[in-house]
Amino acid sequence: MSTGQGPTPQPPPEDGAPAEDGVPVEAAPPEDAAPALDASVPRRRGRDPLAAVLIGVLTMLLGFAFAVQVRSTDTEESLAGAREEDLIRILDDLTAQQERLSQEIFDQRTALDQLGSSGSDSAAALQEARERTEALEILNGTVAAQGPGITITIRDPEQGITSSVLLNAIQELRGAGAETMQVDEVRIGVTSAVTGRPGDLQVDGEDLKAPYVFQVIGSPQDMATAMSIPGGVVSSVGRKGGTVDIVQSEQVVVDALRPLDAPQYAEPDDGD
Amino acid sequence: MIPIIGLAVGVVLGLLLAPSVPLGLQPYLPIAVVAALDAVFGGIRARFDGIFDAKVFVVSFVSNVVVAALIVFLGDQLGVGAQLSTAVVVVLGIRIFGNAAAIRRHLFRA
Repeated sequence: MSTGQGPTPQPPPEDGAPAEDGVPVEAAPPEDAAPALDASVPRRRGRDPLAAVLIGVLTMLLGFAFAVQVRSTDTEESLAGAREEDLIRILDDLTAQQERLSQEIFDQRTALDQLGSSGSDSAAALQEARERTEALEILNGTVAAQGPGITITIRDPEQGITSSVLLNAIQELRGAGAETMQVDEVRIGVTSAVTGRPGDLQVDGEDLKAPYVFQVIGSPQDMATAMSIPGGVVSSVGRKGGTVDIVQSEQVVVDALRPLDAPQYAEPDDGD
Repeated sequence: MIPIIGLAVGVVLGLLLAPSVPLGLQPYLPIAVVAALDAVFGGIRARFDGIFDAKVFVVSFVSNVVVAALIVFLGDQLGVGAQLSTAVVVVLGIRIFGNAAAIRRHLFRA
């Protein structure tokens, strides 16, 4: 890079020619060359047409290349010119991504299968749950029930019937397959208690009045037999001076309801 | 003024013509663009320093581009093209930063 040509503006052709020849060997950025140019600076400010043209062409080339490069980076064409190692890396990335995605497809498909099969099962499960709910409601006494059964009327003229006699009757009836029952207007549930003194009995805190009328749903014959066995309800009531009437019926209505008390301590176990 | 006009014309031409880059040139074009950007920033800085010389600018522009492309080409032949092009971009990027800082000091006195 000869600064000797600097002061003479006349020979522009030589200005460009050596520059291009000397390029690969002595590449010098402007600031590197700055000290050497000190002498020529003041007169160099005048416009050199060739230099102006060259600068214009070069910057135009830069703009052109810039725009082209940006465009080709935008499009996927850039893959065609990528190096082998870059392509291998890209291929690796894509392979890994594909594996991830196919794993995801597999997971989703499994989930879909599960959902599909559980969808067909759920109707049956719902039906079963509904039936169980009904059975439990009848057992708990939260719904009215009807069906074949017996009506037992225990008269107690001497007021000698104790709570244990009534409790016995209830146990016997349950043992004989009673599904649900009520005494007077009190529904008997799993926690029902018979309390009080003879003549002033309560079931679950509600006063009973003689005669005590049991409405029981279950197998009429079984229960009637169970009441009448030796040492059973009929005989024990008889010993206390009372009488028992048993009427078998095809249609007994148990319509007294029990409030359902929510469990305070127990919670459902999801384990099974 | 001329460089700005040239740049604008080049960008417009590139966008309008939208040529596809020849396959053999594709690894070198981005490097060449970065090298040319370095030359342009150096030129702007020299202009602000009052030492701008058209010949130096032209020579440094062309040589920057050719040397950068040559380095990458050699790297490709040696099998380290990707690394060398990274190296070239890093070096040129540092220089562009330095020039930009000088330009900034001139423009904002800060």
